Amino acid sequence: MSLASIFSILAMLLILGLFFMIFVNLNLFTEVVKQDYDQIELFMLDETTEAQTQEIMNQIEKRDGVASVSYRTKDEALEMLKERWGESGYLLDSLGKNPLPASVLISVDSIENAQSIAEYAGTLEGIEDVQFYQETVDKLTKVTNFLQIGALIVMGFLVVVSVVVVSNTVKLTVFARSREIRIMKYVGATNWFIRGPFISEGIIIGLLSALISTGLIGLIYSKIVNDMGAQVMAIVSCPLIPVSYMVTNMLIIFIALGVSIGAWGSIISMRKFLDA
Amino acid sequence: MIKFDHVTKTYRTNVGLDDVSVHINKGDFVFLVGPSGAGKSTFIKLILKEINADEGSIIVDGQDVTTLSNREVPELRRKVGTVFQDFRLLHKKTVFENVAFAMEVLHKSKKQIRKQVPQILSLVGITDKAHKYPDELSAGEQQRVAIARAIVNNPTVLIADEPTGNLDPVTAAEIMDLLDQINLRGTTIVMVTHAKDIVDRMKKRVIAIEKGKIVRDKEGAYAFKEEVNILE
Repeated sequence: MSLASIFSILAMLLILGLFFMIFVNLNLFTEVVKQDYDQIELFMLDETTEAQTQEIMNQIEKRDGVASVSYRTKDEALEMLKERWGESGYLLDSLGKNPLPASVLISVDSIENAQSIAEYAGTLEGIEDVQFYQETVDKLTKVTNFLQIGALIVMGFLVVVSVVVVSNTVKLTVFARSREIRIMKYVGATNWFIRGPFISEGIIIGLLSALISTGLIGLIYSKIVNDMGAQVMAIVSCPLIPVSYMVTNMLIIFIALGVSIGAWGSIISMRKFLDA
Repeated sequence: MIKFDHVTKTYRTNVGLDDVSVHINKGDFVFLVGPSGAGKSTFIKLILKEINADEGSIIVDGQDVTTLSNREVPELRRKVGTVFQDFRLLHKKTVFENVAFAMEVLHKSKKQIRKQVPQILSLVGITDKAHKYPDELSAGEQQRVAIARAIVNNPTVLIADEPTGNLDPVTAAEIMDLLDQINLRGTTIVMVTHAKDIVDRMKKRVIAIEKGKIVRDKEGAYAFKEEVNILE
């Protein structure tokens, strides 16, 4: 059992885990933002009557490119916000008066028309504000795509590095047992028979590293969620991924990754030796 | 059993074997003699497919070794037992384990191993040493373990590469008796040796190789008087 191999896979998985943590949360954040802002939202003045609102909705429905128009009451808006704040939602209960405005939500057929519809809606009476985030969403998607590709490249690189490190450490073991291996070959052992113990060693190393690193990342992440979850929620109104969800997924990915790195490291390190 | 047909093997600078054709029958006991670098090791390595021939075909137990894929080599090695001058035992395993190891490699059951290993140890005469480690044994005893390991899977051929090279004359003679006994059970034996006295005493077929060619192939002695200069 090689401590060096465990440490190298462990280090790799830890770095990978940090990337994973950011990556997954960023993903959630973009999804939330997209869902919210893939439409035009018209905030009504509190004094706008129902009849007025209906009139506005009718006007907008006539425009080209409008897919659907819906209405959200003040109460519904508050309910939604509560839901999104999750555990911190109770904070909203202490508000005496609902500060949120009612709104009209417009979904558009195609992004090209969104701009003109938003501009048109801005000219109507009874509306306090028009929120239209298409550009922001586009920018955000670009940034996250870029980060995701970057993260994938870094992860791929880390995987290659750890396969090399593991195969080198296994090579030392193989050399130490070269006599045994040569004798095995003389008595007619197949290459898979000879590889067997080395591969299981690699798999165990990978498994151990995966468990340890998931444990450590889990600790770090739950600390982050406990200490910063509420602030993140308040600032970007998007929750952090729950610890249990993060840890389960990471465990599955890390075990698969650790085990395959361990096994491949062993196979690669023995290739030259067994061909000879 | 073993048939070389116009086999040539050239290394980067020198010749290993040069157009060698020879036939060793089932049950034969053959000595392979000749000066160092004559091609004896090449001959053995070709049989085991440790190296590949440049030309010609090599039949071992009905199978053309030259056409075997790497995947099929283990099958071949199971039919060909090997014994070396330096014994090549595993020092961290007992005598019993060293022999059992060869059977484990072939996925034999524990029951079979428990039954067969003692039989073989008794055949080579080291039953009482079963639980000793190689370092606790004399050279002759270590070679017996190596022989036990080589024959435990009932190979059709036993290749012995200078098996008496590290042994004193008395022990060497005992090992030769053992090999003779194994040969009588039907195992073909090819033995590389420099031990003139042993070859002369055994009166078996002697194949003399020099500079990659077979210079003599006769029953009898290591070298005839007029050839001593060539071979020594």
